[in-house]
Amino acid sequence: MTSQPHFSFDGSQIPFRPGQSVGAALTAAGVRSWRSTRRGGRPRGLFCGIGVCFDCLVVVDGRPNERACLRLAEPGMEVSTQEGTGHGDLEV
Amino acid sequence: MTSKSERIFDVLVVGAGPAGLAAATSAARAGARTAIVDAGVVPGGQYWRHPAPNERGVSAAEVAHLHHDLATYRRLVAGLAAAAQFSQHHVWTVTRDRDGFVVHVVDRTGGGERAAELRSRRLILAPGAYDRQIPFPGWDLPGVMTAGGVQALLKGHGVVAGQRVLVAGTGPFLLPVAAGLAESGASVVGVHEAGSPLAWLRELGAVIRNVGKLGEGASYARVLARRRIPVHTRSVVVSADGTDAVERVTIMRLDHRGRVVPGSERTMAVDVLAVGWGFTPQLELPLALGCATRVDVDGSLVCEVDDEQRSSVEGVFVAGEACGVGGAALATVEGEIAGTVAAGAASVAPRLRRSRAALRRFAQAMHRSHPVPAGWVDRLSDDTTVCRCEEVPFGALRSMQQDLDAHDGRSAKMLTRAGMGYCQARTCGYAVGCILGQEASRTSGFAERPVSSPLTLGALATSSPAEHDSPAS
Amino acid sequence: MPDVVVVGAGIVGAACAYYAAREGLTVTVLERGTVAGGTTSRGEGNILVSDKEPGPELNLALASRTRWLELAAEFGPDPFELEEKGGLVVATSDPGAAALTRFAEGQRAAGVETVAVSADQLHDHEPNLAPDLPGGVLYPQDMQVQPVLAAVSLLAAARSLGATVVRGEEVVAAERGPDGRVTAVRTRTGSYPTNAIVNAAGTWGGQVGERLGAPIPVLPRRGFILVTEPLPRVVRHKVYSADYVENVASDDAGLETSTVVEGTQGGTVLIGASRERVGFDDTMSVAVLRRLASLAVRLFPFLADVRLMRTYRGFRPYCPDHLPVIGPDPRIPGVFHACGHEGAGIGLAPATGRLISQMLANGQPDIDPSAFAPSRFAQVTA
Repeated sequence: MTSQPHFSFDGSQIPFRPGQSVGAALTAAGVRSWRSTRRGGRPRGLFCGIGVCFDCLVVVDGRPNERACLRLAEPGMEVSTQEGTGHGDLEV
Repeated sequence: MTSKSERIFDVLVVGAGPAGLAAATSAARAGARTAIVDAGVVPGGQYWRHPAPNERGVSAAEVAHLHHDLATYRRLVAGLAAAAQFSQHHVWTVTRDRDGFVVHVVDRTGGGERAAELRSRRLILAPGAYDRQIPFPGWDLPGVMTAGGVQALLKGHGVVAGQRVLVAGTGPFLLPVAAGLAESGASVVGVHEAGSPLAWLRELGAVIRNVGKLGEGASYARVLARRRIPVHTRSVVVSADGTDAVERVTIMRLDHRGRVVPGSERTMAVDVLAVGWGFTPQLELPLALGCATRVDVDGSLVCEVDDEQRSSVEGVFVAGEACGVGGAALATVEGEIAGTVAAGAASVAPRLRRSRAALRRFAQAMHRSHPVPAGWVDRLSDDTTVCRCEEVPFGALRSMQQDLDAHDGRSAKMLTRAGMGYCQARTCGYAVGCILGQEASRTSGFAERPVSSPLTLGALATSSPAEHDSPAS
Repeated sequence: MPDVVVVGAGIVGAACAYYAAREGLTVTVLERGTVAGGTTSRGEGNILVSDKEPGPELNLALASRTRWLELAAEFGPDPFELEEKGGLVVATSDPGAAALTRFAEGQRAAGVETVAVSADQLHDHEPNLAPDLPGGVLYPQDMQVQPVLAAVSLLAAARSLGATVVRGEEVVAAERGPDGRVTAVRTRTGSYPTNAIVNAAGTWGGQVGERLGAPIPVLPRRGFILVTEPLPRVVRHKVYSADYVENVASDDAGLETSTVVEGTQGGTVLIGASRERVGFDDTMSVAVLRRLASLAVRLFPFLADVRLMRTYRGFRPYCPDHLPVIGPDPRIPGVFHACGHEGAGIGLAPATGRLISQMLANGQPDIDPSAFAPSRFAQVTA
């Protein structure tokens, strides 16, 4: 089997086709949400798909608030669910 | 040291959709030193969205069947060879200087975030539009997507949004979205158009003069008919339901006055609901420059331009959806007009003028046939999310009006936080305006976005007002 | 006929309307735009004593702070997000630290609570501050409020006491009787009979004064504010660099920036402050934004990776001597001014409102208003 590239998402390996965004690959893999909202803790994933709505924010390689619909998937990327602001580590 | 004047473009085009591509190609062909700046990885905007260049992944060929006028697309892209191309560059603001304009960009190539500046004597703004949205109970569940988002997944990434999809809203765009999904293997449960099937008859004149575009619509209808995908008119989505993602959608019929028919609820199981209610032009850059605006037939705030695509600001041209939502053919014509005039042409070819006029009339006809169905505000409950970013429910806006006697957009932002989140009211602006009973306006506080693309304070702090180095091609 | 017409429904106009109504006066507020649509919604909601040197403005600020606490208790619970978060003024150099210490001593003598903070103690108060700062002063009395909510609430309370608020009315002149007293306010649409007019038009107080026949020297001073993406609590107090104090008192027409950083209840961090005299030019200035970003990152290095989400700007109303104009105009009996509060309008609004209401009702002002009198300007002669 030809080696298909993968990135990790919350520890699972997600296959993708080169050229796809993180959001597209997650959708193809059946993952529909990767963020919980700040107030209600509600799940969000893709909505507008073109970088306008900022619903699809996700953590990529430790950096939060990346639009999953715009960010191209790369092999070995570490993607994780964003909780709230994504900057919880800065809280004092 | 390279003198600054050598790094000033004659014409800089913002946006590489149909209008921007046509503008940049025309300007370059006319001999202007041209640049084109676009947030996408490859040119095309939404209409001609293509996969990012890659090795053995999603190919342009596999999405070709979803496209129209690819010959035009290829010709225009080839024409960009004479221009400096800046892809994955998001414009966050535009200012003026002595020599013309300064375009402030965030370079996101390779996932980075660097601020830089590009200078040009003249600007052509072709920022396009995005799906207009109205809230309804459950619209913020994962799996509810814009029609444009579903289309972008297909065209740009070769991904089908879900297995059982219902397409709803209003406007001719619903048909190609449904057809594309169906041809890509999704089960399309149905297309639910809120408009009336007889609305076309009132616009016959404009429609007849644009028979080619009717043919386009007919071909989608054939695809759907062949696959036995029902297309319902006077049908509107009233809610989406599910626990952590959409599982069911409820549809109701509208009577001839556009009100829901009691008892007409039908619920269907889906995993994706694609909704579209027309388009909202993205106006923050023209507004930042002070361009005059007006409200178009579809209720959108658009840029005022003359027959040569000149805005009210000297040196600033606007083309495409930002002058009035009208589709790719019109955008291409306007782009060509803007490009040639910005490059110094004395006049515009009569065939372009005629084309523009006919396509404009068709666009107006389409808008009048596909209004956003009235009465949607009445279908909101107090806990329906209106501002998705800040999770502001309808109840907060309602009580602001009732208890605090505040009815304007700025107050809504300050008192409820609607429109104050990451998307800066792109998604909720239209809806909040309707809820407040206001027509779209430049002073509503929802169309202006002084920071049109977010950038880190570090990137902003370390950006120096120097020339951008190497354009990516 | 109303006893008084208040021109302007910003925070100061709202406070004037509320306190006047509380005195039993019938009040009509005229606003040409939207409530709090001017400078009130363009600042940070500051209620500060930390940035004021001993003198009349500091006295007014101390009294006004008490009024804010009273209002919050009266309208409560938590009617306008009033937070006694305190202010931390941080020096960025050793000479700056020495100057700050001296300044704070003077303020303490004038009744301001101050707490000296050494270099090692800075991070107990603000863990995210840069590591190499020489020290600062904590001002526990500094507070934060949501200014639009406050203005709206004050007007709602005024209305419940019988006041009327009319939007979309622009004042064009004052009508006067044979004895020179005000008899009415004329607007673009009509006329409002009254014997008293309060010019609470903020940055447009100069223009309104002119139209009333009582010009006062109020000029605009532009300021930008940066707003970050939403964050958890990362900054506990209002944090300023010590040079903020010097900026306010300066007359420089050029750009002045100093650092002001604070969190908000919505999660965003606000970053200021810039001051420019550019008339009412509200076009974007990337140079100012760049400078503010750079100063903020210097004070809080973590901000380098935090995104700018939006920005807004406004025009502070500014008098040549940096004091507000509060009191009766000697040229036109019946005209009172209550504007020119520069960047301190929110904080000073309740005390201003109370002073005006006392003047209107012929009561005893509980603060000496002489330093704010319109007659102090050479051009304002009876």
